[in-house]
Amino acid sequence: MNPRLAKALVNGLLLGMAAVALFPLLWMLSVSFMAPGEASALPPPLLPKHPGWANYRELFVRAGMGRYLLNSVLVASAITALSLVFNLLAGYAFAKLRFAGRERLFQALLGALVIPAQVAMLPLFLLLKYMGLVNSYAGVVAPALASVFGIFLVRQYARGIPDELLEAARIDGAGEWRIFAQIVLPLLKPITVTLAIFSFLAAWNDFMWPLIVLTGQEHYTLPIGLASLAREHAQDSELMMAGSVVTVLPVLALFLALQRHYLQGLLLGSVKG
Amino acid sequence: MNPQRGAWLFLAPALVVLGVFFLLPVLAALALSLTDYDLYALADLRNLRFVGLANYWALLQRPLFWSALGHTLYFVAVGVPLSLGASLGAAMLLNSPLARCKPLFRTALFAPVVTTVVAVAVIWRYLFNTKYGMANYVLGLLGIQPGDWLGDPHWAMPTIIAFAVWKNFGYNMIIFLAGLQAIAPELYEAARIDGASPWRQFRHITLPMLKPTMLMVGILTVSGYFQLFAEPYVMTEGGPLQSTVSVLYLMYDEGFKWWNLGSASAVAFLLFLLMFAVTVLLLKLSRRGEAP
Repeated sequence: MNPRLAKALVNGLLLGMAAVALFPLLWMLSVSFMAPGEASALPPPLLPKHPGWANYRELFVRAGMGRYLLNSVLVASAITALSLVFNLLAGYAFAKLRFAGRERLFQALLGALVIPAQVAMLPLFLLLKYMGLVNSYAGVVAPALASVFGIFLVRQYARGIPDELLEAARIDGAGEWRIFAQIVLPLLKPITVTLAIFSFLAAWNDFMWPLIVLTGQEHYTLPIGLASLAREHAQDSELMMAGSVVTVLPVLALFLALQRHYLQGLLLGSVKG
Repeated sequence: MNPQRGAWLFLAPALVVLGVFFLLPVLAALALSLTDYDLYALADLRNLRFVGLANYWALLQRPLFWSALGHTLYFVAVGVPLSLGASLGAAMLLNSPLARCKPLFRTALFAPVVTTVVAVAVIWRYLFNTKYGMANYVLGLLGIQPGDWLGDPHWAMPTIIAFAVWKNFGYNMIIFLAGLQAIAPELYEAARIDGASPWRQFRHITLPMLKPTMLMVGILTVSGYFQLFAEPYVMTEGGPLQSTVSVLYLMYDEGFKWWNLGSASAVAFLLFLLMFAVTVLLLKLSRRGEAP
């Protein structure tokens, strides 16, 4: 094939795919600034005639979006911070500390990955009900405090730490906790950032479990709040697009700012250990 | 501190969480599926009875269970190949030496992956609106009859599949891209010297070299697609005429709408068994391919 034609074809196809990938997101942004009812016209308008913040005002003043946003920030931050501690400790132990049954236990954890999380959800709901944690932030946070995937990711990375470094510290009389805090943690910084983004995005976007365990509006996270608004306000496309912007923008911004770390983690996590 | 004990202290927090909030509930789910746990048992545990496999037996005789299973299999069987095809196509374009502005394109194509399913499903609901939706407008410009996408039992699932492909293809694209970059350029060089066409290079170099990646990505995508729930919940509420009720949707309704937790647990376990069987089958098929 003619090289110039081939080049035009490759870049044209890429441009077309990128347009399809981004169009719904750009359309959402545009419609969120339209006046109520403006998007329901033929031909469907692409840009708002008089862009304004009315939908956002309506969302935060009347529809309780501020509360959902705050809940999402709280829940996702708590899950990220706490699960980082739990997964880092366990992943490091599996990679570098010697104890009886280490490989077997790790294999068992990996094996558990074939069980879909939803199998656990019904008894988990009952368990949390008896613990009094249904419809509370703790009910969303507690089951997400550790993840096999997170432990796996940290283990893969921590295996690269040279044993001599840890042995030298032990000979100098440093305790295991001090070694972890002062030597290991700084070395694990890149994977910590990666895991933090993964956990935050997963917690922010999670739908099914919060839907089950959060029974009252005051605790709704953004996806649950948005789904319930979408059922009430099915006709208000402009309002719903503003709600989608509020839900999607924080994670999209986080991804754009830290995408190098995110994509690295994605590849590290997909390599079978 | 004794190093063995130290190790267990490091492991304890994560293992306790996984044990209490995952392992224990999974075992309990198996037990629950053998009982008639319902609203009455929820009120007073003395109403709970052991019923053996009765929940499973009842499910296998319920048309709604079979149709939910059919919809889920339809979603997996059509959605996964389309998804993987789009991922591989995009990865090959990004890997082409002719492509320009690669980082920019990569970010754009990956963007839908990080978005919230619920939020983007709401967007698609409006884009595929019968009357004012952009999809029908564009099709109209091309001279194609508009459709009632999410309101027609025949078209609701295909629309959800299109949505899922759009939302997810970027993830596997990144993994395929890494796989493509790991293929030695000398292989293509040699094939070109021997006069192999681009199609034969793809068929005899790219595909065989990508096979391990393909298998892993395939298995992960299949098990992800079996867990279809949020899309129909937001886009169609299982309708029209229950044509988008998936197995998990049925489990959710059965468990948290009607509070038949015993029967819902049986649904969850049947889904798990099915996913397990399909994974084993995929592994077997890939091994057989290696033999000759």
